[in-house]
Amino acid sequence: MAESLRSRAYHGVRAYLLIVGMWVRSTMAYRTSFLIMTVGNFAATGLDFVVIALMFSHVGTLGGFTLPEVAFLYGTTSTAFGLADLILGSMDRVGRRVRDGTMDTLLVRPVPILAQVAADRFALRRLGRISQGLLLLVWSLVRLDIDWTVDRVLLVPVMLLSGGAIFGAVFVAGGAFQFWANDASEVQNSFTYGGNTLLQYPPTVFGREVLRGVTFVIPLAFVNWLPALHILRRDNPLGLPGQVGFAAPLVALGCCLLAGLLWRRGLRSYRSTGS
Amino acid sequence: MDGCADDDFIELDGVEKVFQVRRRAGLLRRERREVRAVDGISFRVPRGEMVGYIGPNGAGKSTTIKMLTGILVPSGGRLRVAGIDPSRERTRLARRIGVVFGQRTTLWWDLPLRDSYALVRRMYRIPDGRYRENLDRCVELLDLGALLEVPVRQLSLGQRMRGDIAAALLHDPEVLYLDEPTIGLDVVSKAKVREFLREVNAEQGTTVLLTTHDLTDIEQLCERVMVIDHGRLVYDGGLAGLHAVGESERTLVVDLERELPPIEIPGCRTVRVEGPRQWLAFPAGSSAAPLVAAVADGYPLVDLSVREPDIEDVIARMLYPAGKTDVASGPGPTSLSV
Repeated sequence: MAESLRSRAYHGVRAYLLIVGMWVRSTMAYRTSFLIMTVGNFAATGLDFVVIALMFSHVGTLGGFTLPEVAFLYGTTSTAFGLADLILGSMDRVGRRVRDGTMDTLLVRPVPILAQVAADRFALRRLGRISQGLLLLVWSLVRLDIDWTVDRVLLVPVMLLSGGAIFGAVFVAGGAFQFWANDASEVQNSFTYGGNTLLQYPPTVFGREVLRGVTFVIPLAFVNWLPALHILRRDNPLGLPGQVGFAAPLVALGCCLLAGLLWRRGLRSYRSTGS
Repeated sequence: MDGCADDDFIELDGVEKVFQVRRRAGLLRRERREVRAVDGISFRVPRGEMVGYIGPNGAGKSTTIKMLTGILVPSGGRLRVAGIDPSRERTRLARRIGVVFGQRTTLWWDLPLRDSYALVRRMYRIPDGRYRENLDRCVELLDLGALLEVPVRQLSLGQRMRGDIAAALLHDPEVLYLDEPTIGLDVVSKAKVREFLREVNAEQGTTVLLTTHDLTDIEQLCERVMVIDHGRLVYDGGLAGLHAVGESERTLVVDLERELPPIEIPGCRTVRVEGPRQWLAFPAGSSAAPLVAAVADGYPLVDLSVREPDIEDVIARMLYPAGKTDVASGPGPTSLSV
C-alpha cells in the first residue's frame, strides 16, 4: 500500500511537471506577452499593499501593529498564497469541467486526475504575486528590529512552506467540493483569495469569533498569524502560547491529508454518478 | 498475461448502471428516483471486430462507453476489457484503449496539435520510433499536415475530430471507442474518417466500438450492430438482420409520363401518388431489379430512384412495431419525441 502510494505520488508529480512544462514552453513562445502579464499580476496583487500603506498615512498603527509589522504579515501570506496559487490555482475549474463533461476526457488518460486538473493552464504569470510578496517580506525584515534567535530564523521558511501547503490544501479541498456542488468555485475563492486578504491584516483588528474560526476550523491562522506573533513577540489575542506557531507544519500536513481524502471521495462520487 | 481469450476481448455480463436522481419536491423535501441507465447488458466482442452500438438518445450508449473506459463504476454485473476490470484499474487500462468523444475534445484547447501530441507521447510513454511512425501515418491518412501548428480552438469541427482520432491512436491502443465520431461533420470529413477507421481496423487489428446516429457509418464500417433501448440490448447481429427484424422497406420512386392510377405490382405497395410521381415500398431484403423491370414493362417510365431506409425508422419500427407506433400511449417512458 505504501509502495503504491509512493508510486502514485511519483507518477502524479511526473505528469504534473510534464503538463506544466508544456504550458511554460507555450507561454514562453510569447515572451513579451508573458512579461506584461507577470508585471500586471505583480501590480494588481500589489495594490492590496498600496491600500494598507495609504491607511498608514492617516494612522500610526493598525490594531497595535506598525507598518513594517503589517508588511511582514502581508509578505508572508502573499508568498505562501502565491506558492499555492502558482501550483494549484487551476483547481477552481473542477466544477466547470464536471458541468461541461471535460472531466471525462481526463479520466481516460493514464495519469492521476489531480495532477491533470492542477497543471491545466499553468500560469507562470502568477510569479508576479510571489515576487511582490517576497519583496515586501524582505523590506519588512530590513525595517523590523527583531531579536533573531535560531527558532525565529527557522520559523520564517517553515511558515512560508507550511502556509503554502495549508492554502494548497484549501485549493484541493475546494476543488473536491465542486464534484458535489458544481458552482462552488466562488465559495472556494472566498477561502483562498479571501483568506489571503484576511491574513494581510493584523489579527487584532478582527473579532474573536473570526480568530477562533481561522485557528480551529479552517486553520488559516497557521499560515502566518500564529508563527508571526511568535517572531514579532506579540501576545496571542486568544491567549494561546507563542509556541503554537511551531505547529504550522503539523497543521499543514493534517490539512493536506484531509484534502487528499476529500479529493478521493469527490472523484469516487463523480465516477458513480457521472455528474 | 491477462488471461483473456481473443474471443472475449470485451466482456459484459449483466452490467447495470443505476443513477439516483434527486428532485426537489417541495421546500425541503426531496424525492429520490432510480434511473436504470443500463439495465443488465451482456455481450462479447472478439479482438479485431468493428461493432456499431446504436439506439435512441438516452438509451444508455454513452453510459456503456463510460463504464468500458473506467470513467463510471458499474452498479452491478461483470465487465472486462482485455481482461482488465476498467473501474478498478482505470490507469492500467487507459494505456491500452483509445477514446474519442465526438462532442468534446481530449486535446488541449489552447495548444497546437503538435504540442498536444508531444504531451500524449510522454504521458503514455510511447517509444520514440513508434510515436514517429504512428504520427506520420495519422498525419498522412487524416490529412493533418497543415494543421499541426494550429491551436485546437482554431480548428473546424471536422479538423478537430481528425486531430482527436489521431491523438487516440498514437499509443497503439488495442481497442478504440468512438462516441459519435462523425456527428456534425461534413460529407468529405465523414468519408475521410470512415476510410481511416477501416484502415486502422484492417491493418492494426484494432477492435472498434462506435456509437452513431448515422446509418452510413454502420453500413460502411460494421458487420455487427448492437441496438440498445432503455438500457437493454434489443438486437445484436448483422445489419441485414436489423432490416429484417425492423421489417424495413426501401422505396422506389418512379416518374411516369403522365398521371396514372396507383401502380399495382405484386411484392410492393404504392404508398404515395403525387401527379406523375409514385412511391413504391418493397422489403429492404429483396432486389429492386425485378420491380424496376415490372414497372418499365407495364407503365410509361421516365425516371426512377431508390431510397434506402433511415436508421431511425428502422430502429423505431423494431422498438415499436406496427400498432404501437402511437408512441405517446406506448408502455413506459418510450416516447422518442419527448
